[in-house]
Amino acid sequence: MSELHAYALLVLVGFLPSEIWRVLGLVAARGIVDESELFMWVRAVAIAVLAGVIAKIILFPPGTLASVPLVIRLCAIVGGFAAFLFVRRSVLTGVVAGEVVLTVGALAYGI
Amino acid sequence: MPPPSATDLSQRSAIAVSFAGFRAAWRSVLAYVVIGTYVGIGALTHDFGFGLGWAVASTALVWAGPAQVILVSALGAGAAPIETALAVGVSSARLLPMVISLLPLIRRPKTPFRALILPVHLTAVTMWIEALRLLPHVPREARIPFANGVGLGFMSAAQVGTLVGYYLATSLPPLLTAGLLFLTPISFLISTTRNCRLVSDWLALVLGLVLGPLMAAWQMGLDLLWTGIVAGSLAYGIHRLREALK
Repeated sequence: MSELHAYALLVLVGFLPSEIWRVLGLVAARGIVDESELFMWVRAVAIAVLAGVIAKIILFPPGTLASVPLVIRLCAIVGGFAAFLFVRRSVLTGVVAGEVVLTVGALAYGI
Repeated sequence: MPPPSATDLSQRSAIAVSFAGFRAAWRSVLAYVVIGTYVGIGALTHDFGFGLGWAVASTALVWAGPAQVILVSALGAGAAPIETALAVGVSSARLLPMVISLLPLIRRPKTPFRALILPVHLTAVTMWIEALRLLPHVPREARIPFANGVGLGFMSAAQVGTLVGYYLATSLPPLLTAGLLFLTPISFLISTTRNCRLVSDWLALVLGLVLGPLMAAWQMGLDLLWTGIVAGSLAYGIHRLREALK
């Protein structure tokens, strides 16, 4: 793949298919006011999409995360979430706790 | 982190407000999550034989982690460009409701269209989460530069990660890359939970977690957008029903 060809592909196949959704959002957001009912619905849709992304990564993980067994991945996400809820609602605590559970679990499993 | 005070920000120049947003991004745990995630993406980009300039341009232009993973691994493995474009487009569909729910917070009646181009391009999950949390504390006239600063803060963190990952690519052990990949779901789940205020927000989160994998297993295409529309509408409907019954 030549240098120029790689950059052309980046714009046509990477940039444009992502940016189109942002531009569509810019067009669709015209006339929507914050605190309105429509705004609350779109907000719920956005949160649900993100929740879907999270669940998909845990259940159908990409790359090397797939080599960690499902039960360890589930324990790590539940453990991290519980640490966040019970330790001062700290995001950092939750993320670190989740990563520790994942790492210890993976080491015990022999990865 | 305490939100910036309203009186403080309204008296400052656009550049100073942007810088306040930039700092807010770097004080967020998500900046370090972004670095970790992009170390993984930088390494992947290197492994599939792309140049460093291309890796940096990809982070700046695509600015969506999962889309970049698909782009690099599909093109690197010799997939057809049209197939790759479709897969990237499907994965980035989540940006649509995020942009729609961000714009009403930053726009004013006379905001020119061109002033919205940069914040819209900078919209990604991390920027959206922190903007939604912090913007209500920022005076409306300062929100666009503040949101730009938050977005640029996270993008600079991503570029640091891209560079580090690109150079360390060959020496990353699999346990570390598994941990880096796990950063995205754990940090997104916790930060989204922290942002939930309304009953509809909470319901959307729980319903999305359940419906997402079901829709994916169904293999109907655009499964994330369908998850959002079905779970989000259900959550909003239940919320409205509860309000009506009160």
